Order: sequence, then C-alpha cells, then structure tokens
Amino acid sequence: MQYFVSVIHDGTDLATDDEMSAIDAFNDRVRAGGHWVFAAGLAAPSTATVIDNRGDEPVISDGPFVETKEFLAGFWIFEADDLDVALRLAAAGSRACNRRVEVRPFAVL
Amino acid sequence: MIDFRHAIDGAHRDEWARIVAALARRFGDLDIAEEAAAEAFATAVERWPIDGVPPNPGAWLTTTAQRKAIDRIRRESRREDKQRQAQLMYDDDPPQPVGAIDDDRLRLIFTCCHPALAMEARVALTLRMVGGLTVPEIARAFLVQEPAMGRRITRAKTKIKAARIPYRVPATGDLPGRVGGVLSVLFLIFNEGYLATGADSDPVRHELTSEAIRLTRLLRGMLPRDGEVAGLLALMLLIEARRTARVSATGELVTLDEQDRGSWDGSLIAEGHRLVMERLASGAAPGRYQILAAINAVHTSARDMRDTDWSQIVALYDQLIVLDPSPIVALNRAVAVAELDGPEVALAIIDRLGDTLARYHAYHAARADLLRRLGRSEESRVAYDRAIELAGNSAETAYLTRRRDQLA
Repeated sequence: MQYFVSVIHDGTDLATDDEMSAIDAFNDRVRAGGHWVFAAGLAAPSTATVIDNRGDEPVISDGPFVETKEFLAGFWIFEADDLDVALRLAAAGSRACNRRVEVRPFAVL
Repeated sequence: MIDFRHAIDGAHRDEWARIVAALARRFGDLDIAEEAAAEAFATAVERWPIDGVPPNPGAWLTTTAQRKAIDRIRRESRREDKQRQAQLMYDDDPPQPVGAIDDDRLRLIFTCCHPALAMEARVALTLRMVGGLTVPEIARAFLVQEPAMGRRITRAKTKIKAARIPYRVPATGDLPGRVGGVLSVLFLIFNEGYLATGADSDPVRHELTSEAIRLTRLLRGMLPRDGEVAGLLALMLLIEARRTARVSATGELVTLDEQDRGSWDGSLIAEGHRLVMERLASGAAPGRYQILAAINAVHTSARDMRDTDWSQIVALYDQLIVLDPSPIVALNRAVAVAELDGPEVALAIIDRLGDTLARYHAYHAARADLLRRLGRSEESRVAYDRAIELAGNSAETAYLTRRRDQLA
C-alpha cells in the first residue's frame, strides 16, 4: 500500500541547512526500512503554470491553479503495510522537515 | 414469544461485538462484518420463534453471520477476484481459544477509536460496531438527523478501508496513548447519557450510561492492570449509582446536597469503592479518571452533605489540577473550596475564570449560587439568568429557574 505524504508550507522561505540535513538523515532511514518510493521538493507556487487544453486550443496561464496561504512544498511517497506505519513515518518526516504534513492513501482501483 | 425476545436481546448484548469482531478479522471489512451480523440477528428473529432457541445462540449467530457474509461477497465479487472468493469459501476458521476472541473485540474497539478518525466518528462507530446500537438509536442519542449520522459512520468506515487503518491492538509503546483515546470516547458516551446536552431530549439517557458502563467493563476485562480503565469504570459506577436521585418526579435536577441518599444504588457504590481502594493499594500514581473516581468515592462515603470530607476533596482537586489544568477543573475545585473555606474565597477564584468560561452554563450557575449565599441577590439573579440561557438540559433549566425565583 502506498501513501502520499504532502508537506504543507505557508511561507516563501526555503528549508534551512539544519532542516535539509535532518531530511537527508530521515530519507536514509526510510530507504533502510524499505519504505522508500519517491520524494521531491517543489519550487514556489509563483513558478507554476496552468494549462487548460480541454477546449480547441491550449490556454496557458501564469500562477498556481488555486491561490491559498498554504501550499504543497514537497512530498514523499511511502510504501507501508497500513496507516499506522505510514503515520509513524510521516510523524518523523514532519519532525525532520519542520513542517506540517498530510497523509493520504493512493486510491485502490 | 417473550422468551424469544429475551433470548435475542441477551444474545445481542453479549454476542454482537464478538460476532462483528470475528467477521472483521476473517473478511477484513467492517461493512461486511456489520451487515452480516445484523442479517444474522434478523434471521434469528424469524427462526427462533419457530425452531426454538438454539442450545448455543452465540455459535448459531456466528455461523449464520459467516454464511451471510460469504453470500454477500459472492454476490458482490462476481465481476472480480474469483481467487479471493474461492479462498474465503474454504477458509474454515479454526475454533479460537477464548483469549483470542476477547482480543478480537479489543482490536475492534481500537479500530473504531483510531486517532485518525474524528472524535464524533469514533463515538458513533464504537456505538455501532462494538455496542451494536442501530444508526437511528445513535442519531437520537446525539440529536443528529439519521441520514447525517449514517453518513458519518459510512465515512469513517470508508476511511478505515481506503487508508488501511489496521485492525489491531496498538503496540505496547503506543498503548497508553491509544487507551486514553478509547477512554475519552467511552466517557463522552457516558456523559451524554448522564447530562444530555439537548433541551428536547430526556435529561438522563440511561441507555447511554449503561452502554458506556458495559463497554468499559468489557475493556477492563481485557486490560485488568490498566489503572485508568479501572478508574473510569469506578467513576462511572459511582455517578450511575446516584442516577435515580438526580432528577425529581417533576423533572427537575436535584443537586448533591438535596439528594435522597437512601435511594443511591448501594451495590454500584460498593463496587466503585472496591475499585478505588484497589487503585490506592497499587501505590501507582493515579491518572485523571482515578482521581475523579476518588473524589466521587468521598462524596458517596458521606451519609450526609455535612459529613463530606471537603478537605480531602479539595486535596484531590489540587492533585487533579496538576494533571489537567483546565478552567473546568479549576471551577469544580472552587465549588469544593466554597464548602471548606466559604463562598467568598471560592468566588474570588471563580471570578478569575470568567474570561474563558463565559459561555459555560455551569460557570454562571456556580457563581449564582455563591452570590446567593453571600446575600448579593441582584448579582445572583443576573448570573442565574445567564446560566438558564446557556443550559441545554431541561432538568437543569428547571432547577436553575426555581433557584432564581427563590431569590429575595
């Protein structure tokens, strides 16, 4: 079972050096525990471009699809047997990156 | 006919959680477990009056529920997963030792009270899956429309399935934290029965207090060494013992000092006292529920309000406030201080809580009473008015109105 753990942020500041090294150490532990699938940080919402190609021509517009105070700053994808395992990993991830995180299961079809 | 009804009610009370838990373990799906258990009881209502009550009603119901669950899976999985279906058919669950079956119910309680579920969903799900209450019963108890309560339960079950909330008792390290959540769910259920919040509901909902006690007993049977489980059970028993004395024939709340102590339930009090003594003898530092139980043990030891050992009660509140420095604990402590040091001292404490408790009816009721005792009638009347405005419970409103109207 895979879980998407999004990192929620509400400022323009990037992760500090201390936060980066805590995240690296955490990622190593996730890999060692066999829970690693993927992780990445995202550039600021101001760098986003929205494309709508549902009509005749693609319409390109500047900015994120929704303006909010809080946004997605990065994410992890974990492999975990159940939610308790995912929550334990996410709790350690939140501590490491010093931000709130949201845990969501991938839909099973 | 009455015998069948009695047998079915008894089986429902004793076997529901066991059956749901066993099915949840085997099929890994709360929906299937719950619906199959409900169908098995519906079949019992049809069959038992004709065929007679089976010699082992629990086994009969479990077998019937298993068959219903398999029928349901067969119907629903026609389009997919033939292999899983085949596996289910041949999985002849070996008979489980009693310990493991009890453990099953404990897992069910912990699944329903998982911290990833909203508190109100935990309460509803526990009453449904572990308590066996119907959705209309739960909706009525919490004054929520039935479809809304149904959606709340469905949503919680969907989350359990989609997010894969495990059907398991948490690891030893997580246990104290998780038991705490389970106990708050049980205490919420009890409190809603003890002093219903709705103006239109009965002031006391016995079906909820007794259900909360039954579930706490179940938990205590499974975690006999947990001090807070024992404490919560003792607390509920000591409060429940005074239930019939708490509301008058005319539906008015009767406060502790005016209650007919002869009508308190002696056997519940004795059981509650035994549990409190057992916890004291353990020498372990008490938690919140154990201290609250000890406070209630002091109240129920006194033959008369005047005999109450108020210094001990204040000392226990002093202990409680360290663990739980909430304004509500401070308010209750002040009420005890009034009996020990007089209303003036207590009023000074209460007045400091005004900012945080301005919307809490008990704050204004306590203040009104102290002002009345100090002869400050006008201020007391204002405080009673505010308390009446905020109180949701009809028995409490009736009591506060009478006290206000008695003011000089």
